[in-house]
Amino acid sequence: MATPILETDTLTMRFGGLVAVDAVTFTAQRDDITAIIGPNGAGKTTLFNCITGFYRPTGGALRLFRDGAPVELHHLAGHRIARAGVARTFQNIRLFPGMTALENLLVAQHNTLMASTGFGIGALLGAPRYRRAQKAAIAKAVHWLEVTDLLARADDPAGALPYGQQRRLEIARAMCTDPLLLCLDEPAAGLNPRESEELSALLRMIRDGGCSILLIEHDMGVVMGISDRIVVLDHGRKIADGTPGEVRADPRVIAAYLGEGDEGEDAA
Amino acid sequence: MAYALQQLINGISLGMIYGLIAVGYTMVYGIIGMINFAHGDIFMVGAFVALISVVMLVSGGIMDGPAAILIVLLVSMCVTALYGWTVERIAYRPLRGSFRLAPLISAIGMSIVLQNYVQVAQGARVKPIDAVLPGGITVIDSEAFIVQFSYMQMLIIAVTLGVLAIFTWLVTRTPLGRAMRACEQDRRMASLLGIDTDRTISLTFVIGASLAAVAGTLYLLRYGVIDFYIGFLAGVKAFTAAVLGGIGSLPGAVLGGLLIGLIETFWSAYFSVQYKDVAAFSILVLVLIFMPTGLLGRAEVEKV
Amino acid sequence: MTLRALKDAAITALVALGLFVPLVGLRTDVGPSGELVLRQRWGDVVILVALAFVGRLALLGWRGWRGDPKPASAARTEALRKAGLFVAPVLLGLAVLLPFIPGTGRYELDLGILVLTYVMLGWGLNIVVGLAGLLDLGYVAFYAVGAYSYALLATTFGLSFWICLPLAGLLAAFWGVLLGFPVLRLRGDYLAIVTLAFGEIIRVVLLNWVSLTNGPNGISGIPRPTFFGLTFSMSGEPDTFAGFFGIEPSPVHRVIFLYYLILGLALLTNWVSIRLRRQPLGRAWEALREDEIACRALGINVTTTKLTAFALGAMFAGIAGSFFATRQGFISPESFTFIESAIILAIVVLGGMGSQIGIAIAALVMIGGFEVFRDLDEWRMLVFGGAMVLIMVARPRGLVGHRTPSVVLRERRAIGAEHVAEGHG
Repeated sequence: MATPILETDTLTMRFGGLVAVDAVTFTAQRDDITAIIGPNGAGKTTLFNCITGFYRPTGGALRLFRDGAPVELHHLAGHRIARAGVARTFQNIRLFPGMTALENLLVAQHNTLMASTGFGIGALLGAPRYRRAQKAAIAKAVHWLEVTDLLARADDPAGALPYGQQRRLEIARAMCTDPLLLCLDEPAAGLNPRESEELSALLRMIRDGGCSILLIEHDMGVVMGISDRIVVLDHGRKIADGTPGEVRADPRVIAAYLGEGDEGEDAA
Repeated sequence: MAYALQQLINGISLGMIYGLIAVGYTMVYGIIGMINFAHGDIFMVGAFVALISVVMLVSGGIMDGPAAILIVLLVSMCVTALYGWTVERIAYRPLRGSFRLAPLISAIGMSIVLQNYVQVAQGARVKPIDAVLPGGITVIDSEAFIVQFSYMQMLIIAVTLGVLAIFTWLVTRTPLGRAMRACEQDRRMASLLGIDTDRTISLTFVIGASLAAVAGTLYLLRYGVIDFYIGFLAGVKAFTAAVLGGIGSLPGAVLGGLLIGLIETFWSAYFSVQYKDVAAFSILVLVLIFMPTGLLGRAEVEKV
Repeated sequence: MTLRALKDAAITALVALGLFVPLVGLRTDVGPSGELVLRQRWGDVVILVALAFVGRLALLGWRGWRGDPKPASAARTEALRKAGLFVAPVLLGLAVLLPFIPGTGRYELDLGILVLTYVMLGWGLNIVVGLAGLLDLGYVAFYAVGAYSYALLATTFGLSFWICLPLAGLLAAFWGVLLGFPVLRLRGDYLAIVTLAFGEIIRVVLLNWVSLTNGPNGISGIPRPTFFGLTFSMSGEPDTFAGFFGIEPSPVHRVIFLYYLILGLALLTNWVSIRLRRQPLGRAWEALREDEIACRALGINVTTTKLTAFALGAMFAGIAGSFFATRQGFISPESFTFIESAIILAIVVLGGMGSQIGIAIAALVMIGGFEVFRDLDEWRMLVFGGAMVLIMVARPRGLVGHRTPSVVLRERRAIGAEHVAEGHG
C-alpha cells in the first residue's frame, strides 16, 4: 500500500477576480514521480508556487507527510517550507551566477552547516565541529556533482555553465537540501533530446534514492516516460488524475489539449 | 481653525515646490531606474540662475511685473536644462547598461561637483534678494489671527499647476511622451522599434531639470535667500516625496510632494520646528513599511 | 574625421559657453548697501570654454588612437587577482612599519589614522553592500551611534575605553537590528532612501536633543585611551606610558598608539569579513546578493540573514565611531553628515564591491588624495567629486571587479565581474 507524501485539499488561489487554481485536490505518493500537465495557462505554475510557499493559497490545505505525520504547509513561511522538506527548481533557472557550482551546493546546505557553527563564533575561530560539518557538506556536494556529471565544473561560476549544465546544477542544488519532495518546474525546457534522456535517467535515480518528485513538464516524451502518476489541470481545475496510460486515453484530456470541446470543431 | 487654514496654504505652496523637484526624480527613475542624486543640486543651480537674472533685471531697473518674472523663469529653465543635459551626458550616459551602483556613485560625485562648483563660482555666502512680489489677500481677519494668502503663494500654485499641465500634456499626448513611456516599459524593445533612446533619455533629463529650475526660481522668489547648499535637503525631501508617492508614478510625485510639504508645515506649526525633517522621514518609513511601493506605485510582481 | 572632431569640439564649447556665462561670468556679490551686485568675469568664461574645446578634442583624439575598449579577458582578471595577492602583503607591511619609516612625522601618522579609519568603515560597509548587496546610504548613523555611545558612557559613567569599545559596537549593532528589522523587506532604492532617512533622523536628533548630546556644541573632554591603564601624559610619572617604560615622554607616543589601535581594529574587521565569507553565513549573504528568491527556496531565512549583515556592519561602524571619539576628544553632529556616508559608499564601490584589498586602495587614494590636495582649499571638494565621476566612468566595476570563490575543490580562479550580481536590496 503506497503512502502519500503530499496532499492538496481543495487548494484554491485567487488573484483578484481570477481563479488561477480552483479547488484542486490530489495526492502525490511517496517514491513516485508525479507530473502535473495541462495546456498553457492551466494554473500549473501557480499551483507549484503555492506548494513551494511562494504564494499563500487563498483557500484549501496543503499537507506534507513527514515520517507519516502531516505538516500543514499552508501555514508556514516560505523558507520554512523548504526546511520542512520541499525543494524546488525554477522555470527560468535561478542559480547564484557569480558563485561557483560548488558554492551553489554549499549554500543549499546552509541550515545544516549553520547549526554547526555555534552562532558563527565557533566557525569564526575554526572550531573542529564546524570543520567536520564543512567537510561533510563538501562531500555531499561532490556526490551530487558526480551524479549530475558536473564534477569537472565544480570551480566554475554557475553563470558560465552552458544551459543544460545549469539545469542539472539547479537540480543538484535542490537535492543538497535533503528534500522529501523535489518539485521541478519544466526541467526539460530547452534541452536537446539527448539531454532530456539523461534528465529522465537522473530523475529516476533520484526517485529510487528515496526522494519523491513532483514535476511540471511540457515535454510529453519525458512525462510519459518517467511519470508514475499524472495530474491534468485545465483552467485551474483538475480534469484527470491517473497513470500515464489512463490519462492518455482520457477524452477530457484530449479535448483540453486539442482545443475546447465546444469550440474545437476544426481541431477534431 | 484660522491658524490651521494658514498652515494649509503654506503647506500646499511648499509642497508644490517639492512636487516639482520630485517629478524630476521620478521621471529619471522611471526611465533609467537610477536615483539621480544630483537632481537636488540641479534645483539649486536653477535657483542661482534665477538669482543672477533677478539681480541683472534689478540693476537694469526692469524687475517689475509678471513679464520680468516670466523672463527670470525662462532664463533659469533654459540654462538649468543645459546643466541637466550636461550632467547626463558626462556622468550617466557612459554608464548606461552598467552595474546599478556605478551611476549612483557617479551621481553622488556629480552632486558634490555641482555644489562646490557653485560655491567656487558664486561664493559661499548666503545670497539675499528683496521681495519681488510683496503683499497678498487677507482671507480671514479675526481678532486672534490673520490668515494671509500672499501673492507669492498664489504665484507658486498658479505656476506649478500651469507647468504641470503643460508637462502632463507633453507626457501623455505627444510623440516624445510616447517615446518616454515606451523606454520606461522596455528600453531595448523601444530602440528596436526605432525610438532614439539616448535622445529620449536626454530629453527626460532636460525636462526634469527645467521643472527643477521652475522650483528653484519659485523657491528663490518665495524665501528670498539661497546658498549653494539648499540643493541637498530639498533634493532629499523631494526624493522622499517621490518614493512616498510611489517612485515612477508622476501623479504620485506631486501627491508625495504635497504630503511632505503639509506634514512639514503642520509639524512645525503644532509640534516642533527642529524635528520637522524627522517627521517627514518617519512618515516615509511608516508608509513604506505598510505600502512597500509607495502610495501610487505599481506593485512589483515577483515573477517566479 | 578631424573635421567631425572639430565640429564636435565646437558644439562642446558652445554648451560650455551656455553653462558658464551665467554662473561663472556673472558673480553675485553683496554690495556696500547690502544689495547684491554683479561682477563680470568674462576672462574666466573664455578660459573655461577654451578648456572645454581642447579637452573634447583631446578626448576624441585619445579615443581614436586607443580604438574600441577591450572587454576584460579571463586572463586579465586572473592576472589582477595574482597581483592582489602580492600587493596586499606589501601594503600591510608598509602599514605596520609606517611609524618607523624615517621621515614619518606627526602629520603622516595622523593621515595614516584617518585613512585607516576609512578603510575600517569601508570594510564594515562592504559586509552590507558588497557581500549582502543591500544598499545602505545611512551608514554614518552607526558611526555616530558608536561615537556618541563612547562619549556619553565615558563622560557620564567614567567607563574606560576598553570597556566602552565593545559596548559601543554592541549598541550600534543593536540600532542596526532595530532600524533594519522593519525596512529590510523593502527592495533596492526604497531601502536606500529609508537608510538615508535614518541617517538624517539620527543626526537631527543628535542636534536637537540638547540635554543628552549637548546639541550642536557637541561633547568635549572625551577621555583619551590609555595603554592598558597607562596614560600618555607628558609628566613622566610612573603611571604614565613614558614613565613606566622609562622613556622620554613624547606626544608622538599617543599618536603611534592610536595608529596601531586603528590598524588593529581595521585588521579585525578584515579578518572577520574574510573568515565569514568562507562560512555559511557569509556565503548566504553572497547568495542573497545573487538571488534572493532562490535563497528562500533553499530554506534560508532571508530576514535574519540580512539582519546579521546589517548588524555586523553597524557594529564595526560603531567601533570605528568610538575610536573616532577618543582620538578627537570632541564630537559634534557635524562630523556625521550624509557626505560621510556617501564617501564611505564611494570607497566601497570604487574599490570594487566585495574586494578587501580594492577597498583599502580606494580609501588610500580617496582620503589620502583628498589630504594631498589640501592646498586647493575650496577647489578640493570640486576635484574630489570630479574624481568620483571620472573613476566610475572609467571603471564602473571598481578597481577590483572580480570575485574570488570562497571554497574550491581543485584550483582557485577569479570569477569575472560579468557573472557577479550586485543585489537588488
